[in-house]
Amino acid sequence: MDAVSPKSLSVRIWRGKDDGRFETYEVPARDNQTVLDVVTEVQRRHEPALAYRFACRVGVCGSCAMTVNGVPRWTCRTHVAKVAEAGEITIEPLRNMPRIKDLACDMAGFFDKWQKAGGRFTGTRNRAEPPAAVDPASRKRVAVDAAIECINCAVCYSACDVVSWNEEYLGPAALNRAWTLVNDERHALRRTTLDLAMEQGGCGNCHTQGSCMRHCPVGISPTESIAGLKRMSLLSFLVRDHAAADALAKTEEPA
Amino acid sequence: MSERGLFLAQRLSALLLGPLVLVHLAVILYAVRNGLTAGEILARTHGSAGWGLFYGLFVLAASVHAPIGVRNVLAEWTPLSKGTVDALAALFGAFLLVLGARAVFAVVMA
Ligand code: SF4
Ligand code: SF4
Ligand code: FES
Repeated sequence: MDAVSPKSLSVRIWRGKDDGRFETYEVPARDNQTVLDVVTEVQRRHEPALAYRFACRVGVCGSCAMTVNGVPRWTCRTHVAKVAEAGEITIEPLRNMPRIKDLACDMAGFFDKWQKAGGRFTGTRNRAEPPAAVDPASRKRVAVDAAIECINCAVCYSACDVVSWNEEYLGPAALNRAWTLVNDERHALRRTTLDLAMEQGGCGNCHTQGSCMRHCPVGISPTESIAGLKRMSLLSFLVRDHAAADALAKTEEPA
Repeated sequence: MSERGLFLAQRLSALLLGPLVLVHLAVILYAVRNGLTAGEILARTHGSAGWGLFYGLFVLAASVHAPIGVRNVLAEWTPLSKGTVDALAALFGAFLLVLGARAVFAVVMA
C-alpha cells in the first residue's frame, strides 16, 4: 500500500485540443509517485474523460511521453519528487505534434517521417536461410550500440527547435533510426536509406545543438547519429566507386 | 541540385577554404610586418600565375560555400518561398563570384 502523506500535490493538466485550458486537480502526494501515477489518479478519481496514453509503465513502450513543467519526459519513469516545483506540476501534451485531446497527440506524422528517412528494414535473406551472424564487436555494430535502444517516444522530436520551425524536418528520432539501418549489415537498402536521410528535410537541417540528446530518456544522442550520417555521406562521395560505397550499396552475401 | 549535392558542395568547399584562409592570413601578416605598401604588394603579385590560381580557387570556393549557408539561413528565418530563397542564394553566389573575379583580376593582371 502507498503511504498517504498529509501533503497534497497541485496538478495543472491541459484539457481539450488547441483551444483548451488548464484544469487544476489536487492529488495526494505519495512516496515514489511518478508523473504517470498522478495522471492516472486524476483520471480515476476526478476526470474519467481525461485522455492520455501509456502501456508498459516501465519505460519500454515509449507511449507515455508528455511535457512536464515545460520539459518533454517519459512520465512513467519520472518521479514527481524530481520535477515538482513547490508542490505543483503542469502537464501538457508533447510539442511539435497535432493535439488530439488533453494529453494525447497525433503521432502519425512523426512515424511517417521514419519512413521518409528510409527507416523501413529490408532483409536480404528469406526464412529458409540461417539468420545473419552479426559480430557484436564489429565496428558498425558498436557504432549503433546506443542508437538501437530507441523506444520511439518522440521526446527528442518534441525537444527539437528545428522541428518546431520547419515542418519538413524529419527530426532526431527518424534520422537516428536511419543511422541504425545504414550500419546494419542485414539491411539491403543501406545506400537508399543514406540518401533519403540526406535529402530535403534530412540531416542538413540539424543545428547540432543537442536538445534531442539532452532530453532523450534512454540516453541516446541522435545528434551523434546525424553527424554520423553526414560523415558517411561525405565519405561515400569521396571514395565513390571504391570499397565504402560498394559495401554500402551491395547486399550482403550469406556467410 | 539535390540537398545532398548542396551539402557535399558546402563541405568540400569548406575543406578547400580552410587551408586557403590560413595561407591568406599568414601572407597578410607577413606582408604587413615589413611595412610593404599596397603598390609594392601589387608589384609582386602582378603576372603571378601562382597567386592568380590561389585566389581564383579561393573566390570559387567562397562563392560556392557562402550562398549555401545563406540559403539555409533564409529558408529558416524568413517566410520567403523555396523558389525565392534559391534564387536569392544563387544571385548572392553570382555576386560573390563577380566581385571576387574583379579583385583577382586587379591583383594579378590589371
Ligand atoms: S541536434 Fe539536431 S536533431 Fe537534435 S535537437 Fe538539435 S537540431 Fe534537433
Ligand atoms: S531517440 Fe530517445 S527521445 Fe528520441 S524517440 Fe528514441 S528514445 Fe525517444
Ligand atoms: S508507459 Fe511505456 S514507456 Fe512509459
